[in-house]
Amino acid sequence: MGFLWGLLTQVVHLALMLVAAPLVVGVIRWLKARMMGRIGASPLQPLRDLRKLLLKRPVLAENASWISRAAPYAGAGAALAAVALVPSFARGMAFAPLADLVLIAGLLALGRVAMALAGLDVGTAFGGLGAAREMSFAALAEPALLLAVMSFAILAGTTGLDAIAGTFQEGALGLRVSLGLALVALLAVAVAENARIPVDNPATHLELTMVHEAMILEASGRHLALWEAAAALRLTLWLALLAAIFFPFGTAPSGFAPLGWLVGLVAWVAKIGVLCLALAAFESAIAKMRVFRVPEFLGAALLLGLLGALLLFVSTRLA
Amino acid sequence: MLTALSLTLAGLVMLAVLPLLALGRGWPVGAVVHGGSLLAAAIFAGCGLAALLGGAPAPQALMPGSWAPMLLALDGLSAWFLLLLGLAGACSALFALSHYGRAPARVLSAYPLFLAGMALTLLAADGFTLLLGFEGMSLASWALVAADHEQAENRRAARLYLIFAVASGICLVPAIGLLAAGGEITFAAMREAPPEGWRAAAVLALVVAGAGAKAGLVPLHAWLPLAHPAAPSHVSALMSGAMTKVAIYVLARLLLDVTGPAQPIWWGVPLLVLGAASAVLGALRANLEEDSKTLLACSTIENVGLIAIGLGLACAFRAADLGALAALAAGAAALHALNHALFKSLLFLGLGEVLHGAASRRLDRLGGLIHAMPWTAAAVLVGAGAAASLPPLSGFAGEWLLLQALLAAWRVGDLAFQVLAVGVAAMAALAAALAAAAMVRLFGMAFLGRPRTPRAAGAADGPWPARLALLLPAGLTVVFGLLPGPMLSLAEGALQALVRQDVTERATIAAIRVGDGAGAYMPIGIALLLAVLGAAIVFLVKRRAPSGVARSPAWDCGFIAPPQHLPFGDPITQPSAAGLGQPLRRMLGNPVLAVHEGVTMPPPGDPSPARIEAGFADPSDRLLLAPLARLRDAVVVRTERLRDLTLAQCLMLPFGTLVALLALIAWLEAR
Amino acid sequence: MTFGTPAYDIAHLLGGGVLLLSFVLLYQRRIDAVINAFAVQGALLAAAAAWQGYIQGAAGLYVTAVIAVVAKAVLIPLALRHVLGRFGLQRAVEPALGVGPSLLAAVALVGLSVLVVLPITAGQAQALTREDLALALSVVLLGMLMMITRRNAISQVIGLMSLENGLILGAVAVTGMPLVVELSTAALVLMVAVVGGVVVFQIRGRLETLDTSFLHRARGEEPPA
Repeated sequence: MGFLWGLLTQVVHLALMLVAAPLVVGVIRWLKARMMGRIGASPLQPLRDLRKLLLKRPVLAENASWISRAAPYAGAGAALAAVALVPSFARGMAFAPLADLVLIAGLLALGRVAMALAGLDVGTAFGGLGAAREMSFAALAEPALLLAVMSFAILAGTTGLDAIAGTFQEGALGLRVSLGLALVALLAVAVAENARIPVDNPATHLELTMVHEAMILEASGRHLALWEAAAALRLTLWLALLAAIFFPFGTAPSGFAPLGWLVGLVAWVAKIGVLCLALAAFESAIAKMRVFRVPEFLGAALLLGLLGALLLFVSTRLA
Repeated sequence: MLTALSLTLAGLVMLAVLPLLALGRGWPVGAVVHGGSLLAAAIFAGCGLAALLGGAPAPQALMPGSWAPMLLALDGLSAWFLLLLGLAGACSALFALSHYGRAPARVLSAYPLFLAGMALTLLAADGFTLLLGFEGMSLASWALVAADHEQAENRRAARLYLIFAVASGICLVPAIGLLAAGGEITFAAMREAPPEGWRAAAVLALVVAGAGAKAGLVPLHAWLPLAHPAAPSHVSALMSGAMTKVAIYVLARLLLDVTGPAQPIWWGVPLLVLGAASAVLGALRANLEEDSKTLLACSTIENVGLIAIGLGLACAFRAADLGALAALAAGAAALHALNHALFKSLLFLGLGEVLHGAASRRLDRLGGLIHAMPWTAAAVLVGAGAAASLPPLSGFAGEWLLLQALLAAWRVGDLAFQVLAVGVAAMAALAAALAAAAMVRLFGMAFLGRPRTPRAAGAADGPWPARLALLLPAGLTVVFGLLPGPMLSLAEGALQALVRQDVTERATIAAIRVGDGAGAYMPIGIALLLAVLGAAIVFLVKRRAPSGVARSPAWDCGFIAPPQHLPFGDPITQPSAAGLGQPLRRMLGNPVLAVHEGVTMPPPGDPSPARIEAGFADPSDRLLLAPLARLRDAVVVRTERLRDLTLAQCLMLPFGTLVALLALIAWLEAR
Repeated sequence: MTFGTPAYDIAHLLGGGVLLLSFVLLYQRRIDAVINAFAVQGALLAAAAAWQGYIQGAAGLYVTAVIAVVAKAVLIPLALRHVLGRFGLQRAVEPALGVGPSLLAAVALVGLSVLVVLPITAGQAQALTREDLALALSVVLLGMLMMITRRNAISQVIGLMSLENGLILGAVAVTGMPLVVELSTAALVLMVAVVGGVVVFQIRGRLETLDTSFLHRARGEEPPA
């Protein structure tokens, strides 16, 4: 019976994430527009864009190989698989045993490599530029992520996301400097992974500094729709990950608990809303940095992760 | 079983003689030699598997009645590496069968000797046989590196390789001597009397230097990016895939098994530090190299580093009485060794196929090969995915285990070790991400985009045996990626030998677990999840969207049609190897690799283009090789003075040496 | 007092925050941002002192907190801004050592101070005191690092004062530190700030720049390229 409830939770979770992903993107855009004094498009706009793109036939370059045609599916599949593993309103989903943080990092890398290969497929200048930058930024973001994971693994004794979320929800750990440092590191990684300001600007094209958009410059039609969907899913995933680890209040425990689920759902929507607001405010307040300052930004995140783990050793030794 | 293996070794030696007999007679010995090597490799793999499944046979003398004992044995550790050697060797021989049948006799006869040397090292049960095999392997592979000696760079590579091979011999002989302090050189006897005090430290330093130089551990890696590309492709595959693993085997055998479990925590620290340095330096260089095979060789340095980290952690965990974690770290090392042997063989063979088809190793002369060589491209994509440690391929399984071991390293109570382990974890993750960037660059430059030369446009896949040599490791890479649990159970014997601890209860078909529910990796589940979700996406999208695609010229913000004389487009409009490496060169290159970039502008009025030059210098050249070269010159100047000695003085030298040696013996006897 | 109790956790967080701000100081490239970060560090230090005063029940620490918040979070940043505005100085910090390497060096220094403090204080003091001492030593070392790696005189003054923040952080953590010591340290800092300001004015007046590497000429060394 427990497995059935897990499966039900999983299905509801997947549906929730699929609905939330375009909305998160739309809401952030709308919030940013309001903060800048514009009216802004409706939060539903990304959904409409996706539908419009899906109905268009993709145009491929003459020398595009099967990589260009397969990569969007691989990218979206990897993003969806990763999203399926991050708990949202309740723990104990059917796939929870799979949900290992190192594995989630691996799935994100899978999507990233698919996108970089798609960028290189046609052999155009922008695609190569974007792919090289994306992979280079990831080279610093990944160790920062792993060091943050190390802090969680030391505190919770596992890299399983479900168990980490559970341990943190119990609140027996108290406030920790290391967790604060890990949070800062994770935020920087999230900003870089999702191509947000100040690392990249999701709203512009054809800047000399662009990264993410450069790789999908040649994509169109359903392929572009899939890339956009994958990006939206990845953003939602990171917000959900931050919510699950650092703000675990209200998440329903595993098993069948309709009321708990409802509370968890409301809490999750509230958390994601707050995170969206914070992201929109941050992006409105800050300017995009030069490409060659990004390594410093990510390097600082890496060092903060290192510092967090270091201080954790100190405190485990003292306690 | 050992008799069969001895006979196989003898057969390989006979195969080595065959090309010499056939010199000038025009016999088709190539097919015989490579066919025989294929058979031998298959026997190695079969025996390894049988020994892993059925238990170790009793040790046996190689040549009964010979003047040295020369014991052979096949315990779990040997069998695991023999399986690895067999698989890599089979792929390499299969590839050679279709491409190197007409190779000159010096290559044909060195190849089976190389295989035999590696197998003998793995099978050795005493120090002498181990050294015999190790040196045989070094010499045979030196002949193979020097195969294409018309080119000056290959001669330089072979010379450097020989110097390092001799150096590792110089380190390993005294190490074995110190281990065999009781006079017995069998491993069983060495295990009884593990070294202590200064002898232990000396053994550690010598073995790390000797075997580490062969494995390519920083700072003794300078030969590797030169020698591996210089050899013919099937030999590069074997050198990178198997020979570095044989060196790892020697490290593991001498430092973990033979010296016994009674070593302190710092015993693993040199391996940990050097491994982390190798991982990062190798991966970073792989992002800067512009030669496809050099790139792969640098990636080998990275992977050897990761394996060394696993072994070092296993030492430390074992010393801290954390048996389960020691088994985890050792399992990570063993699994990654096997997986790397396969995917690196695959990549070298695939790029060898590219070398045949497109006649270049330089990334800037390839491009668009995915259209011309679909089979090779697909196989290399699998290998590159594994090297980039993407789930659910085999590279990720080893990486996952290694990271889990690193994440648990804080359980070793020592604060300094904990701090070190955090640094190493960050470097391992950095290396993995850098490797992913390097692999994207490799595949993107060689197979994607448009052809950069006419020759690259006219390439074609190899004949079927060569394709099979790519598809076999590609298939195994996928299978091993999906089944790390059974592979770990298979490695049971090897782990027993390394850390005297088993992992069986934690590795099942579907999952590997670490610690007490501390984490689990279920590759089959992940593969199924990816497949189901991917299929669902395809189904949903295809149902809504119009089918098919339209084709048109690339957009690229206004793409200019290629000029007449370049039918495949101007290569300058495409990303270049140096350009793809630029962000990492600027981000990380400077502190480590002394990267330099300079623009040379033409004088005013000159219409020629401005040139940007970028390059780097490996720190080992500057810090290790250059001082050694200076030292050599100084020594030579000193020794030149000996020529001026009179006859009596010349005679004094050997006489004095003789007397000194006799005095030493007398002193030793007196103690 | 150990982990999980709010008293410990908040003190721990505040100490960590001060250290984090030291990293921010090293990370920033613009002098405005450096001054802002310094002001925040001063405020956090004041909060840390006040919290220690609360949990130790020591009224003297409140005085320290007030001094810190007035001097460090308000007055000194305002004065520095005034200097900047009056001179119309170039706003970019010119690190003698790059931001990346100096951050790396900073993490190494934190590791070093942890490795030094923990074994020395083993079994002697409370967990909180030991950890705060490690944090404080790190802040001191980072302040020195900032003084060494920045060439701008204002950054160097800020480095000196952030070093002093580390001293105060250490002092408030130890129970029973006499108030006199703290007051004298605080007075010392004000003096240091005044002297620093005077030196800055003098350098500016004579050399038309705040880049201290130009002072090398006064010793007969070569000016920087």
